[in-house]
This record gives sequence, C-alpha cells and structure tokens, in this order.
Amino acid sequence: MNRRSEVLLWGAQRASAALLALCVVVHLVTMIYAVRSGLSAAEILGRTQGNIGWLIFYAVFVAAVAVHAPIGLRTILAETFNWRSRGLDVFAGAAALTLLMWGMRAVIAVFGGGAA
Amino acid sequence: MDTLQVRIWRGTEEGGFQDFEVPRQESQTVLDVVTYVQRKCDSTLSYRFACRVGVCGSCAMTVNGVSRWTCRTHVSKVAADGKVEIAPLRNLPVIKDLVTDMREFFDKWARARGSFTGSTTRKDAFAKVSPESKERKRVDAGIECIGCGVCYSACDVVTWNKDYLGPAALNRAWTLINDVRDTARTERLAAVAGDAGCHACHTHLSCTERCPKGLSPTAGIAGLKRAVLAATLAGEIL
Repeated sequence: MNRRSEVLLWGAQRASAALLALCVVVHLVTMIYAVRSGLSAAEILGRTQGNIGWLIFYAVFVAAVAVHAPIGLRTILAETFNWRSRGLDVFAGAAALTLLMWGMRAVIAVFGGGAA
Repeated sequence: MDTLQVRIWRGTEEGGFQDFEVPRQESQTVLDVVTYVQRKCDSTLSYRFACRVGVCGSCAMTVNGVSRWTCRTHVSKVAADGKVEIAPLRNLPVIKDLVTDMREFFDKWARARGSFTGSTTRKDAFAKVSPESKERKRVDAGIECIGCGVCYSACDVVTWNKDYLGPAALNRAWTLINDVRDTARTERLAAVAGDAGCHACHTHLSCTERCPKGLSPTAGIAGLKRAVLAATLAGEIL
C-alpha cells in the first residue's frame, strides 16, 4: 500500500474514532435508560421500528465500526506477525465488509422488524 | 565495605550476563560502576562514553530494564536493593558487550530528511524569526535532542516494526517542518508518512517518559501526523 493510502487510512480511523466516541455514549445512555425504565425487548423494538432517527444513528454507528476496527486489526496483524503483504489488505477489507454486513443486518431488523 | 551486585551483558546478540561485585561509593553513577569493572575486574569489557556529564549522550545503556544515560544515573536511584543489571540499548545491533551499532538509528534521521534545506546563501541577510512565533516555539520544544538513542531504545514500535523511523528522527523532522527557512517541507512530510513513519506511533509515550533532555517526541509525532494528513488531503503527497 502506498504512503498516501496509509495516511488516508490513518485519517479514516481517527475520524471514525471520533464518531464512535459519540455513538458509544449515546448507545450506552440509551441502553441504561431503557433497562432502568424496565422496558421489555418488545417495547424497545416498538420504539425503534419505523423510527428514521434510530435507523440513521445505528447505520452511522455500524459504518464507523466497519471502518475503524479493520484498520486497527490490520495494524495489529502487521506488527504482531510482520504480515505486510497484499493479503493483509484483502483480509482487512473482508473484515470491514463482514462487520458492515452483520451490523446492517441488525440495524435493518431493529428498524424494520425482520429476522435479526 | 558495602558492595553492589552487578550483572553486565557480555557478547554480541548472542551472549549472557556476567556477575561482578563492585564497591559501593557515595554519589556513584552507573557509569562509574561500568568503569570500575573495566579497570579493576575485566579489561576486555567494551562500553562507550565521552563527556561523563550528560552532554554527549554516548553512554546510554539499559539499566535494570530502563534506557538511561549511565553518567546521569546515580546508583542510589536505581539499585535500592544493591543490584544493578546493565545491558546495551534495545532495538540496536550489539557490536560487543555494551556497545551498540547506531548506524540504523542515524540512517533513519537521513531517511526522515533530517537535514536542513535552505534557499539562501551566506551573502543574504539573516532570516528574522520571532522567538514568540508559533513555529519557533515548536522548534524550541524539540531542538535540544542530542541523538543519544534512549528514546529509540525505549520505543516498542521500533521493536515491532524495524522500518519505523523512531522518535528521534521524527522529532528532528518536526523541528525542520516548523523551521520557516526550510524549503523541503513537502518532501519531508512524504518521507515521514505511512507505516514506517509517524503514523505507526501508538502514543505509548515511552520516548517522552525516558528522554533525558525532557523532550516530548510524542508531541512532535502527533504534530507530524496532522501535518501529513493535511498535506495528503491537499494533494501534496502522492
């Protein structure tokens, strides 16, 4: 991978980290609020399904995870196993797609009520 | 008489620790201990020193697992239990005993474009740089590096990535990036970008913790990361 791409990956990880910091706080506060109020899973889904706001929020959350985690994983693998070939980039890309797919599947379920 | 139990690395990359007993003295430095061993116990012991007063930086070694200038390290500070283990600096090839081969350390300064590139001649007037300017203050914060290698030895990222330029070379690049007279800014930013450059730093702060001059290479590296990203987004680095 050339220098420009390496730098852009670093920038993407920093930007996604900033997003994640916000998303994790909102997610945790919401979870704690829901649990303390004694909401059931059905009641929680009743509030998220059809709600565009939660759809956008969790879609952004999942996208940030899918960007952030594979870049970090790529660095860890490179440093731990001295793996710096094209295969590493393919692996990191596959990890990103997997996280995005799993995450969006959950988001769609929470928004639309499909199987999660 | 009080004695110190001293273990000193002998050999090259392959080797082992050899035990010595050294008389304990008031205000004794670790360099004093090594010198005593070389002069009184085993004259074949190799080590490097010059000024003995914290100016040259050539006596840096690993003392009880920590990279230090041995001339500025009092035994009382590191050997409360009367035991001292002295090894060569980490992350550098060992030539013999406590002497490391520092070529890769200084080669990386060159790779980071650590030399000034100007556009004026001796016939031109002096550049005027305000001591209060943002750039000059950044240069001041990092310029006192004497290239002792302590930060390089303390850095785990160097251990994990042999191509990583290391804290000292990047700190040098940062001082030049902020030198308003320098004309090689873009080339230098490109030289310190990427996996072997500033973006490999994990901000462990070991270099900042161990720098005998009290510098913060970590802060300079953070500045380089931002400057390189800005230059990349502006299309200056391809």
